[in-house]
Amino acid sequence: MPINQNNGVKSWRLHTQKQSLLRWFGYLGAVAIFMYCWNKISEVTTWFFVWDAPRIASDIGSRAFPPRWSYMDKLWGPIWDTFNMATIGTILALMMAVPIAFLAARNTTPSAFFIRPVVLFIIVATRSINSLIWALLLVAIIGPGVLAGLIAIAIRSIGFCAKLLYEAIEEIDLKQVEAVTATGASRWQVMAYAIVPQILPAFAGISVFRWDINIRESTVLGLVGAGGIGLQLQSSLNTLAWPQVALILLVILFAVVIGEWVSAKVRGAII
Amino acid sequence: MSAALQIDQRLGKGWSKPHFIKNPIIRWGFLLAIIVYLYLAVNSIEVNWARISEGLSRGWEFIKAFSNPDFTSRGGDIWDGMVESIVITITSTVVGIMISIPIGLGAARNIAPLPVYLICRGIVSLSRALNEIIVAILMVAIFGFGPLAGFITLSFATIGFLSKLLAENIEDMDKVQAEAIKATGSSWLQWINYGVQPQVMPRLIGLSIYRLDINFRESAVLGLVGAGGIGATLNTAFDRYEFDTAAAILLIIIVIVMALEYLSGIIRARVQ
Repeated sequence: MPINQNNGVKSWRLHTQKQSLLRWFGYLGAVAIFMYCWNKISEVTTWFFVWDAPRIASDIGSRAFPPRWSYMDKLWGPIWDTFNMATIGTILALMMAVPIAFLAARNTTPSAFFIRPVVLFIIVATRSINSLIWALLLVAIIGPGVLAGLIAIAIRSIGFCAKLLYEAIEEIDLKQVEAVTATGASRWQVMAYAIVPQILPAFAGISVFRWDINIRESTVLGLVGAGGIGLQLQSSLNTLAWPQVALILLVILFAVVIGEWVSAKVRGAII
Repeated sequence: MSAALQIDQRLGKGWSKPHFIKNPIIRWGFLLAIIVYLYLAVNSIEVNWARISEGLSRGWEFIKAFSNPDFTSRGGDIWDGMVESIVITITSTVVGIMISIPIGLGAARNIAPLPVYLICRGIVSLSRALNEIIVAILMVAIFGFGPLAGFITLSFATIGFLSKLLAENIEDMDKVQAEAIKATGSSWLQWINYGVQPQVMPRLIGLSIYRLDINFRESAVLGLVGAGGIGATLNTAFDRYEFDTAAAILLIIIVIVMALEYLSGIIRARVQ
């Protein structure tokens, strides 16, 4: 037990002397790294703008309110587009994620040496690139529009859905698989009657969860030209039409809250 | 004929899989609704086939660029952008954690009084509801272009994530240990430090590392709206159709994200 000796009086302490010293140097290093990074940011910041920020924020705020409600007429189309991007994107992603997940799970993969690493790389690569970057790329390739956003959402979601799904497949109960195999079922019948029923709740949960995330992400894809309500946001920002920006932000907030509510309800009903 | 019928009767009916939704009207109605929605949705997507076929060659060029990424000709820009992204990641994670610990304590119902709880929960849900990119746009408008806007955005986003999970963890903690510390006559701060903190520390470390990982991914896109980092370089590369440079940047992002994920997996496995 680490003990402090102070004028012959012993008292308890949390760490020994060596531990405290080590911790102290650890903290010193962390603070040094942080200060170095902070200096880097500070060098390229125009501090005048930062000190001026409260005035600018209140200025923008006063221009933005009240929101221009009449602009709502022009927003229904983009809202429909945004919803479609999220929904169809999720459906497409799931269609691709299911075979990928079965190829990636250790207990269902046909070949652990060749196919599994390839599939795992697909999962990591699609997951580590943000949907906004995918959209940027697809806008450059297939042109601006809803389609680019939809495909961006779909690609970004493959990795996420496939990863959670293959983890669910790896955790299935083998007894049921054995029981169905014992009846003389073929490989596909085992899949349909032993494995699929076990992962169906996880599958439904994952798809609703990802749909919720995709609603959030599709609202901003328009910023790079991929359609949806983000396009309206971008043009309103460019023309400094703050009342319109305020309305769009309210709509987005509302959509996000609705999406989260629906996803929570559905997941609550399944699990 | 009659013999076959008899055998069928002896065997009884074959088993068929029960339907997912029992009521046939709801089942078919649901299916019909989905089909109608998909039809409307797919029809409302405008597809410009001429533009796509024109772009496909560009897409192929981009895929080819991945086999031959160009790290050198814009090496300076890539390096600056990467350093800026990493700087934003580190500072925003540190500041975000420092702010989210008190808010996390406040958002745990078993520690905080009701008014504090409501305020902290309000901050958490506000931070979670707003997309990082939208916050970044507002911050750029307020604080001007540069990494400071990205830093503030990610710090704010970290609060929502970390405080919520920390608060949930504190609410799930073992009451007995905390009570034992309280029984020794400790002050509130000592109670938190010796009764609560040791219980949530492994999870807090794990979550912080995980958030570092997320913040790096996000910092890679903040540049698209002018909030500093590698995103700006990437955007420029795409705008100029310099696909080899873009491929190089994407490869670096993938490698760093993979390394971070691997590292965070190891650290989380060790502390938890």
